[in-house]
Amino acid sequence: MASKTDSNVYTVVFAAVMVVVVGSILAFLASFLSPNIKENERFEKQQNILYAMGVNENGDDTGSVNFIPTNKVEDEFASYIKEQLVIQGDKITEDNEAYLIDLKKQLAAMKKGEDYKLPVFIGEKDGDKFYIVPMYGKGLWDAIWGFIALDDTMTVQGVYFDHKGETPGLGANIKMRYFMDDFKGETILNGTQYAGISVAKGNNDPLNKTKDDNEVDALAGATITGNGVSAMISETVKLYKPYLETIRAK
Amino acid sequence: MALLSKKDTNLITDPLADNNPITIQVLGICSALAITAELKASLVMAISVMFVLGAGNVVISLMRNIIPSKIRIIVQLIVVATLVIIVDQVLKAFAYELSKTLAVFVGLIITNCIIMGRFEAFALANGPWRSFLDGIGNSLGYGVILIIVGFFRELLGSGTLFGIPVLGDPIEKTGLYATGYENNGFMIIPPAALIVVGIIIWVQRSRNPALVEEN
Repeated sequence: MASKTDSNVYTVVFAAVMVVVVGSILAFLASFLSPNIKENERFEKQQNILYAMGVNENGDDTGSVNFIPTNKVEDEFASYIKEQLVIQGDKITEDNEAYLIDLKKQLAAMKKGEDYKLPVFIGEKDGDKFYIVPMYGKGLWDAIWGFIALDDTMTVQGVYFDHKGETPGLGANIKMRYFMDDFKGETILNGTQYAGISVAKGNNDPLNKTKDDNEVDALAGATITGNGVSAMISETVKLYKPYLETIRAK
Repeated sequence: MALLSKKDTNLITDPLADNNPITIQVLGICSALAITAELKASLVMAISVMFVLGAGNVVISLMRNIIPSKIRIIVQLIVVATLVIIVDQVLKAFAYELSKTLAVFVGLIITNCIIMGRFEAFALANGPWRSFLDGIGNSLGYGVILIIVGFFRELLGSGTLFGIPVLGDPIEKTGLYATGYENNGFMIIPPAALIVVGIIIWVQRSRNPALVEEN
């Protein structure tokens, strides 16, 4: 190799040029694509919220997760989600863009002791009312999040989970239907206490027939992701408890 | 003139057998352990690595005469990371669903030692076309092992292939499970992959003793 590539000056210049070139390529690409990406993320949120309340295109089999297609999701979202509320302290206001609130940022603000907003979505399907609440927590490697749809008896009507980087084949399976479907019908109450739902290892109810045990069957090989899901649900329930108390049928 | 000379063909076929990246070069073991619990994940990973390694080898090969040797590893790392981010961003904008499936693989690809290993061992010393073939060959060799491991782990661990039950229902006790067969939970956790890879290495070396290392 030519000796000129070994000199310090060349090395420093090369590094500087490379950083500038790569940096500008990525910056250009990111700003060029960001409107598309933002739009996709917005549709995804709408799809997820609708999925949790059971508005989706799932077949009868327990196979794959099928959302409302992106070209229809905006209309469907508008027709099924009747109200979007923002809880801020004791104040509850209506906000049609509440679904764009980033729960991660709100939770960070809460930890710092600043004001924070909690969104709730009220959906209606076939005369039933659903209260859909977003969740955010930690899995094994990275963030996990989702939505949980409750009715006024605090029974889960559906959930949706997603994750950033859980292990494919193990923790990543929290977004599989066989896992999410188990939550349907479970109650988050234990008597009158808000208990959440834990993902239980060594469950003696693997078919998930008992709906009032606050437990669903765990995923083999994904203990920490499962614990993350349990923690996420109980945190969310704790956070939204004051609001849930106001809607609970007594 | 044939599209590929004999030497070029070897670049593709060697990594499939006697110079396999996982079983012979022992590169890419970490991802082989991490994501082979399911056949589908193995396949996705194999295809993604093929893309990144093929393209990365070409880029590094084109730059091979201007890369300062003192910082070549950093340069290689930047090339992989940039490629992966570009692909990730483009998919996010135009094929969002696919990008969601692949998101978890992104980090695993950047840190995959096969990629750095092939840049360092091959692309830095060879032309773009040969480097491209080397990249494809090695990622095929990697993919084959991933798929074999994924096949056994998913079949024995979950009783499914590509998510489709093939041995019956373990909870309702139908099919093979009616005879008392149980899924082996051990196959789902990463150490099982090490054992499957070990068996592949054993089989390969006993069929071709020339591969056995002296020590």
